[in-house]
Amino acid sequence: MREMINGIIGGFKILISLDKEVYEIIFLSLYVSLTSTLLATLVSVPLGIFIGTKKFIFKNAVVRFIYTMMSLPPVIVGLIVFLFISRKGPFGQLGLVFTPTAMIIAQFILVSPIIVGTLYTASKEKGADIKRVAKTLGANKTQTLILLIKELRFSICTGIISGFGRAISEVGAVMIVGGNIKGHTRVMTTTIAMLRNMGDYENAIAIGIVLLILSFVINSFLYHFQ
Amino acid sequence: MLKFKNLRSSLLLICLLIVTVISGCSTKMNPTTTTIHNETNVTEKQSSIILSTTTSTENSGLLDFLLPVFSEDTGIEVKVVAVGTGQALKMGEDGEADLLLVHSKTSEEKFVEEGHGIERFDVMYNDFVLVGPKADPLNITKEAPSDILNAFSIIQEKQGIFISRGDDSGTHKVELKLWSDMNIEPTGNWYVSAGQGMGAVLQMADELMGYTLTDRATYLSMKNTLELDIIVEGDKKLFNQYGIIAVNPEKNDKIDLEAAEKFIDWILSQKGQSLIESFGKDIFGQSLFIPNAK
Repeated sequence: MREMINGIIGGFKILISLDKEVYEIIFLSLYVSLTSTLLATLVSVPLGIFIGTKKFIFKNAVVRFIYTMMSLPPVIVGLIVFLFISRKGPFGQLGLVFTPTAMIIAQFILVSPIIVGTLYTASKEKGADIKRVAKTLGANKTQTLILLIKELRFSICTGIISGFGRAISEVGAVMIVGGNIKGHTRVMTTTIAMLRNMGDYENAIAIGIVLLILSFVINSFLYHFQ
Repeated sequence: MLKFKNLRSSLLLICLLIVTVISGCSTKMNPTTTTIHNETNVTEKQSSIILSTTTSTENSGLLDFLLPVFSEDTGIEVKVVAVGTGQALKMGEDGEADLLLVHSKTSEEKFVEEGHGIERFDVMYNDFVLVGPKADPLNITKEAPSDILNAFSIIQEKQGIFISRGDDSGTHKVELKLWSDMNIEPTGNWYVSAGQGMGAVLQMADELMGYTLTDRATYLSMKNTLELDIIVEGDKKLFNQYGIIAVNPEKNDKIDLEAAEKFIDWILSQKGQSLIESFGKDIFGQSLFIPNAK
């Protein structure tokens, strides 16, 4: 228990410590997770709305597949991405292994299904109504899409928040494809896992507290936009 | 219509739940009946101890080989928690483990001195080797085949990629001591600090075509999946002694000193020691650990 209390105090100390190494870790965590969430949002929001509002063949199978993908274990995603980009893998010559780019790719795969799933559920319920309203108002296709995005902004926000939450808190995938290399691919979650392995529980909790504080700030920011 | 569909799917879900619960129950039933049988056969009381050890003993498969024999001999079950030496000692300090099998002699002696453990015994040793890409781009095999310090200074001078465990483990401590013996502060792009276990670091060395210091056992057990060769071996500085310590029972009521001491007696006995020596001979043609209990 002593570790917990010291860890909580330590978390605040770390934030004001101006330690370069810690700030690099925090910055990289935010960079990787925000980039992957942003890219996933750009792809997944239109995809989710499309699946929710359009009828097409094998739609039920696609929806079930997306829901299944929402529970993908990060370790498996990490392993699969690793096998693709490792030296012996099909994309080996790109030299992506143990880079932040590899981490973004892995998190993109983890986050996308969550945003697609959220948007699918929302647009399935409201999409048809919104479209009808747009039609009666005489809107063209682009205007309809804008109206859809506007009306679904709560769901989009929820999707982004859940997606970002998964990205920033996930350790299995970034550990495998990033490798937790000091000063290069070390992020908050892999630091926590490493510190625990080293028996340094206090600092592990401290970094955990920092992670929570940052998540709080980012979520408050997103809610503000909603 | 929609409501009916919902009803149907929720019924389906409930059925699925019931089936899972029932199947879970039935698999649980079997082990209890078998343990009852076992208990009647084994006269000694059933107890279990927690052995905190390093990833290298676990990854090499040594414990999977030894522990079933020990359990059969004594009826004591051993639960293994494989972590770095740093955390293994920490678990001992916190009274979370009954027994430690680690390889960092100075830390172990300090651990006993501070009253966390009863006594430390030598069990066995293995050695560290420097592994690197088969092509050996720095040509260390020619220039320093059995001189680890020389090999390290070549790596540093030529800025060859070196993967460090970077996790405060026994292996990491050995590596750091070698750098400090030469007054080299290993920093720079060539020095990759991974903060991970031996297996992950070996894979990283393979992937980045770098050099790394590893225990022979883990390297041999993964050799077939790696394109790494032994570059330096046989230097006395690479000698790696394992010690076993029973944790001070005052740490925690749950510590079973009696069972822990039974394990120590067993592993130091003729039988335990010869089992250690035979381990790995069938697959690798050599012992992975050399027993040296006194």
